[in-house]
Amino acid sequence: MVNIKEVIETNKMVEEQTLDVRTITIGISLLECIDADLKLVNEKVYNRITTVAKDLDKVAKEIERDYGIPIVNRRISVTPIALVGAAACKCPADFVSLAHTLDKAAEAVGANLIGGYSALVSKGMTTADEMLIRSIPQALCETSRVCSSVNLASTKTGINMDAVRLMGDILLQVADRSKDRDSVDCMKLVVFCNAPDDNPFMAGAFHGVTEADAIINVGVSGPGVVKKALEQVRGESFEVLCETIKKTAFKVTRVGQLVAQEASKRLGIPFGIIDLSLAPTPAVGDSVADILCEIGLEYAGAPGTTAALAMLNDQVKKGGVMASSYVGGLSGAFIPVSEDQGMINSVEAGAITLEKLEAMTCVCSVGLDMIAIPGDTPATTIAGMIADEMALGMVNQKTTAARLIPVIGKGVGDTVEFGGLFGYAPIMPVNKFSCADFVNRQGRIPAPIHSFKN
Amino acid sequence: MENKVIITVVGKDTVGIIARICTYLAGSGVNVLDITQTIVQGFFNMMMIVDIEKASKNFGEIQKDLEALGDEIGVQVKAQKEEIFEKMHRL
Repeated sequence: MVNIKEVIETNKMVEEQTLDVRTITIGISLLECIDADLKLVNEKVYNRITTVAKDLDKVAKEIERDYGIPIVNRRISVTPIALVGAAACKCPADFVSLAHTLDKAAEAVGANLIGGYSALVSKGMTTADEMLIRSIPQALCETSRVCSSVNLASTKTGINMDAVRLMGDILLQVADRSKDRDSVDCMKLVVFCNAPDDNPFMAGAFHGVTEADAIINVGVSGPGVVKKALEQVRGESFEVLCETIKKTAFKVTRVGQLVAQEASKRLGIPFGIIDLSLAPTPAVGDSVADILCEIGLEYAGAPGTTAALAMLNDQVKKGGVMASSYVGGLSGAFIPVSEDQGMINSVEAGAITLEKLEAMTCVCSVGLDMIAIPGDTPATTIAGMIADEMALGMVNQKTTAARLIPVIGKGVGDTVEFGGLFGYAPIMPVNKFSCADFVNRQGRIPAPIHSFKN
Repeated sequence: MENKVIITVVGKDTVGIIARICTYLAGSGVNVLDITQTIVQGFFNMMMIVDIEKASKNFGEIQKDLEALGDEIGVQVKAQKEEIFEKMHRL
């Protein structure tokens, strides 16, 4: 039987250390909605989502009540819309109509966000893929809950540089359309290398074609809990440090596992995976950067940061896989800038640069995340930054991503306010030298060799 | 196991906390299996393990009633299903 110490520990994690379940995400296959008639596709998509996810909000609230654990987001991910709309959509505007349908369906079932306005183009783009990509600026501007992602590269196929170049342009268009709101719509767009099919986190969630009809994926959180646990072992050896992180990650993941199993049972939808990511928020104490500081860095970004983060990420996984048999998604430490107060402090202190963040993405998920850059950054430079991030993922056989926010009308020294869970971000300087001649080459970068590893 | 609920009471110690909570539980057909109490950083902490299988009210109602009772006494009363603690602290 549980004892009072354990009960107090659990409740303190929730009440004082901001432990929560970050998201319950229902993945829904829309392949059955494919039709040549656009009106019919829209109808089928709306009906399918609102049928499968109709109890999402209700069940999430029941679970919160039963166990006393907050579930911050209810989300939906769907089959990449470039596939669903390929037969019916004849122009980018046709795809935008599907974005509106997704938005309405998400609102109807009380989902905060819906992901899957996506295209998978790591080797080549179909006509439909390209139309979807070109429709992204309008789609994100005219909807509020739709999230978009594009897989531009993979270890097996290489990097589709034509698509990378296009995304540099598209990102600036998205930024421009929301320039009166600090280019905030860029938060809803992410590009990937090796995108996972079962990611519950936004903006990159989509329901991969390898998945079943519907599935429950759960993302846990808990940077605050890890930080608090590490406060008890200051100055101890790496062994003690690692043990502490593993044990804490185990406890956090078990909560996610319980919530996922309950949600699966109550919704009658099979359980897919737990995503073990340490996901920060701007709330004080809910920061991955603060964990790095607790490990022994003056600021995140100081020499040693990459090593400390690699260790943290690995221990989180080691503790987490013991707690759940089905771990997937991104599963690592997120290092977004704007959503993490400790990371913002690092930027403001001049302790961390874009280049250091890039190095950090080699050892953790997910990539250059929520980074505000000057609005006058050329599209080719953005494409170059994306290409660099894709190369890291491709060569290291891991998922990497880029979610950059070129803030139109603002430059280094300015700050942008995104509001709520998204926090604020100081604009970071970008290397001024050109990569235009590189990015403007046509075609793709071939897949890397998988032997002679160095 | 499904019917086991953990009730926690946290707050300033005062006369009759356990009595009033137990009176409510008895009146609602809730069986108390175990009670532990301790003082943490000057605060009264109590945990009860109860069985609601034969209760005359459902879990949601019991939870709300206890919360309201806690407000009356001036302490925080929470009711949570036991699994969250079991899962977190047991292999």
